[in-house]
Amino acid sequence: MEFTLITGRTIAQGIAREVRKTEADFVKAAAVCELDPQDLAKLGVAEGTPVRVSSEHGSVVVYVAASTQAPHLGIAFMPVGPWANQVISPDTDGTGTPSYKCVKCKVDPAAGEKIYDAVALISKALKAK
Amino acid sequence: MATVTTISDVVCPYCGCLCDDIEVIVEEGKIVGTRNACILGKRRFLDSQDPTRIKKPMIRVDGGLKEVSLEEAVQKAAEVLVKAERPLLYGWSMTECGAHQAGVALAEELGGIIDNTTSVCHGPSVLALQEVGISTCTLGEVKNRANLIVYWGCNPLQAHPRHLSRYTVYPSGFFREQGRRDRTLIVVDVRKTDTAKLADHFVQVEPGGDYELVSALRLAVNGQKVKSEKVAGVPREEIEQIAGLMWSCQFGALFFGLGVTMSDGKNRNIDNVLSLVRDLNAHTKFVIFAMRGHYNVGGFDEVLSWETGFPFAVDFGRGFPRYNPGETTSNDLLMRGEVDAALIVASDPTAHFPRKAVEHLAQIPIITIEPFHSLTSELASVVIPPAIAGIETSGTAYRMDHVPIRLREVVEPPAGCLPDRQIVQMILERVRALKRKGEE
Repeated sequence: MEFTLITGRTIAQGIAREVRKTEADFVKAAAVCELDPQDLAKLGVAEGTPVRVSSEHGSVVVYVAASTQAPHLGIAFMPVGPWANQVISPDTDGTGTPSYKCVKCKVDPAAGEKIYDAVALISKALKAK
Repeated sequence: MATVTTISDVVCPYCGCLCDDIEVIVEEGKIVGTRNACILGKRRFLDSQDPTRIKKPMIRVDGGLKEVSLEEAVQKAAEVLVKAERPLLYGWSMTECGAHQAGVALAEELGGIIDNTTSVCHGPSVLALQEVGISTCTLGEVKNRANLIVYWGCNPLQAHPRHLSRYTVYPSGFFREQGRRDRTLIVVDVRKTDTAKLADHFVQVEPGGDYELVSALRLAVNGQKVKSEKVAGVPREEIEQIAGLMWSCQFGALFFGLGVTMSDGKNRNIDNVLSLVRDLNAHTKFVIFAMRGHYNVGGFDEVLSWETGFPFAVDFGRGFPRYNPGETTSNDLLMRGEVDAALIVASDPTAHFPRKAVEHLAQIPIITIEPFHSLTSELASVVIPPAIAGIETSGTAYRMDHVPIRLREVVEPPAGCLPDRQIVQMILERVRALKRKGEE
């Protein structure tokens, strides 16, 4: 399914960002894609299962969650962090700031695919280069 | 019995709210609790003593990090930086202004580029306010005077949890004795966020539609007719109603977040929002603020402005300060593969930059000055742990309304951990010594 991806801060990401970025807490807090509950039902996957978020800039597997900030039909939300950064647009439009919001993306079920922790994700991305 | 002390009026070094009413409970030199802090602030104080804290400087040897003395780490850092042709000095937003000042001196000495997280955050907002100007005041004035609060493209309940209760919606103020009952809250967002759920009026704008919606509001505020039935998903009647509330308030305050700054249009969106507030000031009193994230991101902009004339992304490569966002900004420099060494202070760009920029970071030597293991320290050649500003060392930070506030020291840092400013100063002295030696 197609979505507009936006990224942003959450309380859980805010707690994990300072100290526990190399640990499991950060995965729980930021390796997440939040969808409107109606979109989640259309996608036909259970909350907490893996989905693949992909854009023209890259793709990443994260947990899917029903948004607590709904309604937002057609919008996929990811907390800021290395998972979101695999798919956002690095273009700065001459301002210096990448496009962390309003990125066209697809969200598809990814049953059985591995969700990497932050360190593994970075190493994997670097090796793929 | 253990001695328990409560230190009051402590400033929280987490977000741009810089709450200065925190009580920190200290038992035998350890922080055991806080009062008044939000969950983010509380964790900031308690986690400063996390067992995973880095306590000794390290340098990378054969792929692994090896503990060394501070002098060795500083020497190695200076060697890396002196050897580099285009060193980038990045981060700075989670430390105090003394470190920023030392950083600017180091960047100038190296002929490098100095930049902070503004670059990948409210950078477009700064570009816009350099063009349009800004009508602003202190948060204290908002608390005492404002009867209309607008949050646009931000969710303070998750990012600045005490913003509403300390400065805007809920507190009783000099002219707003009844607090919440004396104020109207408008929230504009693409999602019905926790903040939006508290609003008197929630306006759900389409993603990327901020520019159009602001333009429609400006038409309505200036007495023109909005011709379209809907603008950016918002019905004309709703636009006219919101414009009416803005027009007729006694004192309005608009807070905008990255929802406006980072969506399509970027700095042009902010141009338009600043202009809306300027238009409103023809009829009433209206002020506007950027919701700054890291506690001292604004402080870096202040220090760099008074040192060089520019707020972020300053390039000393030609021997004088040069500022050209899009060219001298960190993400662009990394994407072009131009940087050949990086000093990262109080920040973690590996966790927050786009994948392609991180790929280049991984190719170059990195020095981090950072108290905890981060994704950037995973890539670093030199890791130096500092004392944490605002908890273990004092200093100055700027709140999101540009008010400087003195941070306090509440506990001792781990043995041997010096303030960021001292570490940067030591690197600067080593760099000068190495350069003198090279000239001989």
